[in-house]
Amino acid sequence: MKELLIGNAAVARGLYEAGCSIVSSYPGTPSTEITEFAAKYDEIYCEWAPNEKVAMEVAFGASLRGKRACCAMKHVGLNVAADPLFTLSYTGVTGGLVICVADDPGMHSSQNEQDSRNYAKASKVPMLEPSNSAEALAFTKLAFELSEEFDTPVFIKMCTRVAHSQSIVETSERVMPPEKPYEKNPQKYIMMPANAKKRHPFVEERCEKLTEYANTADINFEEKGTSGIGVITSGTCYQYVKEVFGDEASILKLGMVYPLPTERIKSFAKSVDKLYVVEELDGFIETHVKALGIDCVGKELFSCIGELCASVIAEKFGKEVPAHITMETEIPMRPPVMCAGCPHRGMYYTLKKNNITVLGDIGCYTLGAVAPLNALDSTLCMGASVSGLHGFNKAGGEDTEGKTVCVIGDSTFMHSGITGLVNISYNASNSTVIILDNSITGMTGHQQNPTTGYNIKGDPAAKIDLETLCRAVGINRIRVVDPYDLKACDEAVKEELKAKEPSVIISRRPCVLLKSVKAKPSLKVSPDKCRSCKMCMKLGCPAISMHEGKADIDTTLCVGCGVCTQMCKFDAILGGESHD
Amino acid sequence: MTKSIMIVGVGGQGSLLASTLLGKLLVNEGYDVKVSEVHGMSQRGGSVVTYVRFGDKVYSPIIDMGTADAIISFEKLEAGRWAPYLKEGGVIITNTQQIDPMPVVIGAAEYPENILEELSEKADVVALDALTLAEEAGSPKAVNIVLMGRLAKTLEIPVESWKAALKSVVKPQFIDINLKAFDLGYNS
Repeated sequence: MKELLIGNAAVARGLYEAGCSIVSSYPGTPSTEITEFAAKYDEIYCEWAPNEKVAMEVAFGASLRGKRACCAMKHVGLNVAADPLFTLSYTGVTGGLVICVADDPGMHSSQNEQDSRNYAKASKVPMLEPSNSAEALAFTKLAFELSEEFDTPVFIKMCTRVAHSQSIVETSERVMPPEKPYEKNPQKYIMMPANAKKRHPFVEERCEKLTEYANTADINFEEKGTSGIGVITSGTCYQYVKEVFGDEASILKLGMVYPLPTERIKSFAKSVDKLYVVEELDGFIETHVKALGIDCVGKELFSCIGELCASVIAEKFGKEVPAHITMETEIPMRPPVMCAGCPHRGMYYTLKKNNITVLGDIGCYTLGAVAPLNALDSTLCMGASVSGLHGFNKAGGEDTEGKTVCVIGDSTFMHSGITGLVNISYNASNSTVIILDNSITGMTGHQQNPTTGYNIKGDPAAKIDLETLCRAVGINRIRVVDPYDLKACDEAVKEELKAKEPSVIISRRPCVLLKSVKAKPSLKVSPDKCRSCKMCMKLGCPAISMHEGKADIDTTLCVGCGVCTQMCKFDAILGGESHD
Repeated sequence: MTKSIMIVGVGGQGSLLASTLLGKLLVNEGYDVKVSEVHGMSQRGGSVVTYVRFGDKVYSPIIDMGTADAIISFEKLEAGRWAPYLKEGGVIITNTQQIDPMPVVIGAAEYPENILEELSEKADVVALDALTLAEEAGSPKAVNIVLMGRLAKTLEIPVESWKAALKSVVKPQFIDINLKAFDLGYNS
């Protein structure tokens, strides 16, 4: 059957058709939909793990037991899972094990644009890179076969443009691999030095065998062009190169980007007059080609920063690019903002008002960094706000302790904030941690997590109690506030910062976009009472603006949270019901 | 020949249904199709774009500057922002709705009042009050389908095919509203 699927849904379809039994992942753009779509197939057990390391280890366990398994993550998630990855390369697999990793060149929704191909090389794990949805489906199925044949985990490397673009796929039925009974195999699976020393040569031999495979595999193919130009490329860049050249250039299209097909590259290079490598981010293929003693042009033309596109490639090859309209009118930016009624806003306003230094974390609440709240001082990686705060306060002592906090979401706290809190407790820094608990994983599109009480299917699950958890690691001062209550937020922040011991403030209110959260009637401004003081504007709520000198509330956006009502000294904001 | 259509607007305005409809329609018509959008951070009230490309064989999933045959904009400032992507002879179909971005809301920038005038000088622009038409059809949420109705007038695909595809992508209880919205857009 022909279907239009996004690349991530095609990977999920591939998991289904390949007879994959278990998928464990942590959400992260642009990888999230792989697991979401996989969870729609009842035949596949799917779960959101607390973080990517756990997810990969779950996939390892499932493979050890003989089932086909998968974990999916964004590029930076692979940093978290790097520990199991490098040794998984040594143990190899029993049931096929596929690791999907999605890069984000151009950083549409990420904090860096690292190139995951470097992980394939560093861990000596083969990597397939689809260039559209049909390949995403086919390569996922092939990845399981390669995994079992070569006794290795196999990467499927996605990027934003392949993960989130729909193209046509042909689907087929699910075929289950033969059952594998569990057999104890200490030499293969207990990676203590004596055993690991024997596995390392196996890994090196496997790389050689995979290189031989790559030299003949169909997923690496050549297209003969009409000119002397030769291009080695892969993934979405292949599509751009075809857009520019059609049949003009000869192309070596790599479906497998690690290990690279050495012999094939050599023969392709000989068959063309001038060799180019077109790849996004690092000069990964180019470095390999040059190491073979082959002259080629790569990063000197195509930047290692951001995404490529057909026009950029055309321009670099000296081709004419289409003329375009230039607007004289200055177009103001439209940055993403925290939603009207976002529960994070009240807490951020409180922190800003009290001139607090705030170490931030990864999630919707990173948007608190932009004007007018400008509430954040740092954002590094998942969990770094908590550990960073400890370091900041150890370095700053009394200078910083009373005026610095960190903010971290509920899902991010479960991902890797808790270990930082253990450190605050154990190594005793007088730090105040604010958990912005909106009871969902927000930015990636509302995934459940261990604190929400529901699993990936929306069925009831164990609910980790944040207060009990924080108490268990040795924090004595724990308080919960409603971020819609500005007075309560102000008191909590002031008192906890004043206290001479570590503390946790749980700023708790569910994300306003959750279906279970019912919007209250919109508020409105009485123009007669409004004195144009613009206090309400300090919240940065997208529903409030100034019109003809008076504050005005967009009734289609306002959810009646009432935070602005508390800002107004003249009682000009009318309506509103109390919150439960 | 590959055709390129961009759907632009403000995160949360409902461009997803428009691109789903287009994708379904074009697959039904036997074209090779690619539909590309960005999820995540950009959806929180930011400027959003969806690329739709179709033809005998489509390679790039994205549209470069100066190459779009049509730009469908849900908001007039966004029409101006993405106008450089229009190719010579292309058409911009824009809703006349104004949604202030945050820099305008907080007074750090001004909303350019003359945006449609400048656009009209430089390109073939169809501006329509899709919000009023959508309300007339029965729901302000049908802005997307009003705009698709107007797009239908510029593409050589039978109206019956559009309506069949539309019926297959909306919930049964909303079919009538959406068919009406489509007609209002088509006849605007």
